[in-house]
Amino acid sequence: MEIFWVLVIPFFGGLIMALFGRQHYAPEINSVVSLCTFVAAAALTVRVISDGSFTAWNEQFFVDALNVFLVALTAFVGFTTSLFSRPYMLIEQHHGKLTANMLRLYYSMYQLFSFTMLLALLTNNMGILWVAMEAATLTTVLLVSLYRTPSSLEAAWKYFILCGVGIAQALFGTILLYFAAEKLLGAGGTALLWTHLNGVKTQLEPTVLSLAFVFLLVGYGTKVGLAPLHNWLPDAHAEGPTPVSAVLSGLLLNVALYAVVRSKVLVDGALGSHLAGNLMMGFGLLSVVMAAFFLSRQKDVKRMFAYSSIEHMGLMTFAFGMGGPVATFAGLLHMTVHSLTKSAIFFAVGHAAQKSGTQLMEHIRGLIKTSPTVGWGLALGTLAILGMPPFGVFTSEFLILTTAMHSYPWTMPLLLTALGVAFAAIFGRMQLMVFGDTTNKRLPHPPALIPVFVHLLLVLMLGLYIPPYLADWYRQAAALIG
Amino acid sequence: MGIPITGQIINMCAALLLLIAFAMLSQRRILSLINLFSLQGLILAISTSVVAYSSQQQHLYYSAALTLLLKAIVLPMILHRLIRKLNIKWDVETMFNIPTIMLVGLALVVFAFNLAAPISQMAATITRSTLGIAMASVLLSFLMMITRSKAVPQVVGFLAMENGLFFAATSATYGMPMVVELGIALDVLVGMFILGIFFFQIRTAFDSLDLKHMEKLKEE
Repeated sequence: MEIFWVLVIPFFGGLIMALFGRQHYAPEINSVVSLCTFVAAAALTVRVISDGSFTAWNEQFFVDALNVFLVALTAFVGFTTSLFSRPYMLIEQHHGKLTANMLRLYYSMYQLFSFTMLLALLTNNMGILWVAMEAATLTTVLLVSLYRTPSSLEAAWKYFILCGVGIAQALFGTILLYFAAEKLLGAGGTALLWTHLNGVKTQLEPTVLSLAFVFLLVGYGTKVGLAPLHNWLPDAHAEGPTPVSAVLSGLLLNVALYAVVRSKVLVDGALGSHLAGNLMMGFGLLSVVMAAFFLSRQKDVKRMFAYSSIEHMGLMTFAFGMGGPVATFAGLLHMTVHSLTKSAIFFAVGHAAQKSGTQLMEHIRGLIKTSPTVGWGLALGTLAILGMPPFGVFTSEFLILTTAMHSYPWTMPLLLTALGVAFAAIFGRMQLMVFGDTTNKRLPHPPALIPVFVHLLLVLMLGLYIPPYLADWYRQAAALIG
Repeated sequence: MGIPITGQIINMCAALLLLIAFAMLSQRRILSLINLFSLQGLILAISTSVVAYSSQQQHLYYSAALTLLLKAIVLPMILHRLIRKLNIKWDVETMFNIPTIMLVGLALVVFAFNLAAPISQMAATITRSTLGIAMASVLLSFLMMITRSKAVPQVVGFLAMENGLFFAATSATYGMPMVVELGIALDVLVGMFILGIFFFQIRTAFDSLDLKHMEKLKEE
């Protein structure tokens, strides 16, 4: 029943916003709908904690420790982003960048995007997972091009075509998976259900499954933003409105990685070898290194943090690729802290860019003087994402690095260099943006920065103390992934 | 032992699909491209219904009907409307080195058959020999998307790729479960509408649908 509410609320939210999105109370409704989704997700989480995993509606939906934690995270970040976007979008409208119609489109698509994310997480059907991922692209394409500027249109086109082609590969992978499964489970409804596939995974045809995994990894990997398929990501993040950048980085990338991880579980069972893990490690490592070097050359602040997202997604993919209880635990923790920290950073960056009237870092100066909360939010968020203790990112990166040092020592020079380069690049620029002199004026609407500090506090908490039930939860999920 | 008549019809359809894929690769007129796409949808629907008849799979009749409706009628209609409204009905794209593209296409077909060979060995379906062709048409549409510089042909390439994938699904496994197929069809249809909106946005911003104007965002 909770699953029903988690999915129905954002879906009808999208329809309601399409009707009332032009009204002056639309941002409030948007936040209320997201809050309801979050409450439903929390109820679902409570139920899974007490009852364990279960399936619903002829097994079409499935909840276990792995996806319920992502559902809770998605609903939470979805809610805080809706709080942030209220003043942000008003300021954009005040600056004349958006019209009431564009806002209606934004609110409606925002809710539908949440719906597709939650559907992708909750479905038990690998085919519906694909459909939901494609729908997630479709709902965000028009958001990336919301400003209708030439560069935002270019970014959206690139996003559509690259992700469309990428996800078509994943469809082929899904067809191959179905082909292998159909022999064991029979044609029709059940052969793509993950729970059934998981039951027979050791008997699935290894050659077909390894080929299927390559297609699935390349397909969903495009959406994760793994190098060399990442080209759409910095453009879409930099040109779209900031709340969209926040949910793309914080949620969409996670959900795409979730799809890869779900496929990996099946392939590992069928192959009994480490092929899937090795492929993921390779793509992950390449992304970390490449993103770090591109990152140090950026001028646009949102582009820089977009590359930082590629870096962190690479690190997670690498961790899941290594496998084993510690690395997988760290990967899951990193998913959580990265999505909280990165969305917090985008909230702060969004207001910083509005204040300065540009996203170019050389023109963003002295945030701490004119609006201390934005300045502190950006400074602390940057420290957190760079893996400074005592924030949670430190814990997860530390666990990933120590596991890698133990099992794959040759990756150390690459990983440490990349992290070092990223640190130097981001830290230096953050200092100039936060401190320094400025002549900028105040914003016409007070920014909502509570989400920034709530996210950062959570990340801080995860760095200092992981509550036992949460740790237990991660461990269960890690055991599922293996 | 010969191949049953239904099998022969399916093989014939597969061959036609491959031919159409090549024709699309070299077709420069936007209008003819859309007609080719519509023809591809029609042949896909015919071959799916023949597969349905020969394998007695009820649900394949539905997906054949869905294909006919969506890919041979609705999508081409939307595309025709779009090019009429955008006033690019008689546009001819300048393309160089068509012979080279065709040669690359040939190489892709050989590659696709090699890739598909081990899988079609395992398949028990009547259509298994056509899996190579399905993969080839996916790859050829991909090549088409790379070589085109205008927005509408790129999108036709994208839709043709989806057709190829659909053909792969019918030839390897007698089609995906119905709920998945409906989901995919919905995605394609919604995607088409969004692209339609998008074309107008691009046209307003750039005064043309030539993607050469859209190469500003890159790493220097």
